[in-house]
Amino acid sequence: MKRLSGWSLIKIYTVLIYVWMFTPIVAVVLLSFNSQQFGSFPMEGLSFRWYVKLSQNASILDAFKNSLVLGSLTSIMTTAIAIPAAMAFVRYDFIGKEALNTLLLAPIMIPEVVLGVALLIFIRWLQQPKSFALLLIGHVVLTLPYVLLVVQARLVGIKRVYEEAAQTLGASPLQTFWAVTFPLLAPAIFAGMLFSFTISFDDVTATLFWATAQNQTVPVKIFGMLRDSISPEINALGAVMIFLTVSLPLAAGYISRRFARGSGA
Amino acid sequence: MEKEKNPGLVQFRGVMKRFGDVLAVEKTDLDIPEGSLVTLLGPSGCGKTTLLRMVAGLETPTEGDIYIKGNRINDVPIHKRNLGMIFQNYALFPHKTIFDNVAFGLKYRNIPKDQIKEKVSRALEMVRLPGVENRMPSQLSGGQQQRIALARAIVIEPDVLLMDEPLSALDENLREEMRLEIDNIQRMLGVTSIFVTHDQREALSMSDKIVVMEGGRKQQEGGPEEVYNNPANHFVADFLGHSNFVDGVIQSRDGDGYRVKLEDGNELMAEGGDWREGDAVEVVVRAQKLDIVPRDSHQTDDAVNCFFGKIKERSYMGGEVSYFVELENGTVLHVIGIVKTKPFRRGDPVAVTAPPRHCKLLRKES
Ligand SMILES: Nc1ncnc2c1ncn2[C@@H]1O[C@H](COP(=O)(O)OP(=O)(O)O)[C@@H](O)[C@H]1O
Ligand SMILES: [Mg+2]
Repeated sequence: MKRLSGWSLIKIYTVLIYVWMFTPIVAVVLLSFNSQQFGSFPMEGLSFRWYVKLSQNASILDAFKNSLVLGSLTSIMTTAIAIPAAMAFVRYDFIGKEALNTLLLAPIMIPEVVLGVALLIFIRWLQQPKSFALLLIGHVVLTLPYVLLVVQARLVGIKRVYEEAAQTLGASPLQTFWAVTFPLLAPAIFAGMLFSFTISFDDVTATLFWATAQNQTVPVKIFGMLRDSISPEINALGAVMIFLTVSLPLAAGYISRRFARGSGA
Repeated sequence: MEKEKNPGLVQFRGVMKRFGDVLAVEKTDLDIPEGSLVTLLGPSGCGKTTLLRMVAGLETPTEGDIYIKGNRINDVPIHKRNLGMIFQNYALFPHKTIFDNVAFGLKYRNIPKDQIKEKVSRALEMVRLPGVENRMPSQLSGGQQQRIALARAIVIEPDVLLMDEPLSALDENLREEMRLEIDNIQRMLGVTSIFVTHDQREALSMSDKIVVMEGGRKQQEGGPEEVYNNPANHFVADFLGHSNFVDGVIQSRDGDGYRVKLEDGNELMAEGGDWREGDAVEVVVRAQKLDIVPRDSHQTDDAVNCFFGKIKERSYMGGEVSYFVELENGTVLHVIGIVKTKPFRRGDPVAVTAPPRHCKLLRKES
């Protein structure tokens, strides 16, 4: 059995890891279609009853709405901050540039628990109550590094000579941005917004610290439901979340590729 | 009556540019006459691009002033300078159609839509690419893209047309065609132009004036013939064409010329300049200006500036042949001769004559 050493072992190991990672996900999706209250394999019947029940659960629908609103606002705000920040970092020189860049990217390196507690301590110090605004600010801080990195990377790839050409032709720096830089940056901005939305949409750890009873998000809601029941509704909800977080970026990738081909760039 | 042309439509006055520790352009004075095409010529890194970009406003002079039509423009923002610039890699906006590319500058000039359309199509005709309005830049070849870039720059009727090595990204065979195109259009429109290149053939063939640069400093300024025939220093003589350099000392004045004692022991007659006995000089002779004949057909032994030697290397270039001739005392001369009958072969004994009026004297640079 000399052949079963080296690469073969690594291959088997890899496959096992993937099985270990994906089995629960597959199980959740399968069980969400189970007709029985207590799921066990083999399943005894196929039904959509948990999805129907889910769509009638007001508190879950509420959480869904919260998640969508929060995710959308987060992605818009984050992108609105990331674009000028990326322009400043890539196109201009100023004192403290490195420090500011590191600061904005820091949330990527800090554990979410720490970030969650830190923001809470901060608003405590400001003597403010927890609110939707806090949650929004938290998510912006959380997702900004990713958007900033995506936009910066693209901006580095956009040759300055296009902007220089536009300016020599008579466009002011602001007009140049809208006529040249922004359209060339658009795919990255779009990708960044989606990135930001999905991260916000399925974040649990930090959101657990920031959410109040009124503005629970779906992941937080699931977390809560898991604590005191094991309703199969959770499986259905989980399946919906999985579907959204996987299909959204895929769709975005497809759209942006078509977009890029259309513009001939 | 034709209007008097402004001899200094663009003026550099003590312009200097430093990037951190790098001195890119030393204090420079330069005038660009109205309607002319002036070439900044020099090897890579000599500061040509920097000088050009300072006119455009893409770089700010560390010191000195730049004037266009008599107005100091140092503090005028780029987009208010009314200049056309052509870049090495075309720089067409990849996300815009050819029409939108060419119309770009017009959109910021409050020109009515129908006039924009007309101006764009006229500009496209001028660069001989009519009807490509709806294509994307990526659908055009490099040469076509550069012509669109030219159309985009001239359609705004700029005060000055700036070109930074516009031909260097093109294939060899397209380059000549595009050079003629630029030359024709520039003359037709009479637009004052500054052309940056490291290619002496481009510079010599299309310029009204050449500014030879090296190490951030202007070395010589003049018409193509003047710069080529009367190089001001060793660098210019060496950079333009193929030259032979021999060090020597002025021995005596002899009529219009000077008798020079060369370091290899030979004596040579040279003309031009104002020298004193004992001055250390450098004799420059262009490879094309040396006459080469078979040794046995050489007529008189007392001809001036005649040296004997053997062909050491030769390379046939079609039409002309480049020889390296080793003289009896070991000095090697570069001679470029037109092939009349049959070229010399390696080892052939030859006589090389350097007409005194083609032997230029330069002060020996230490
Ligand atoms: N933005 C810049 N930062 C630092 N150094 C520069 C910059 N632009 C040019 N230089 C330096 O200035 C000198 C002249 O450059 P450039 O004008 O581009 O030369 P050329 O166009 O003749 O090749 C070079 O030594 C180059 O390295
Ligand atoms: Mg250059």
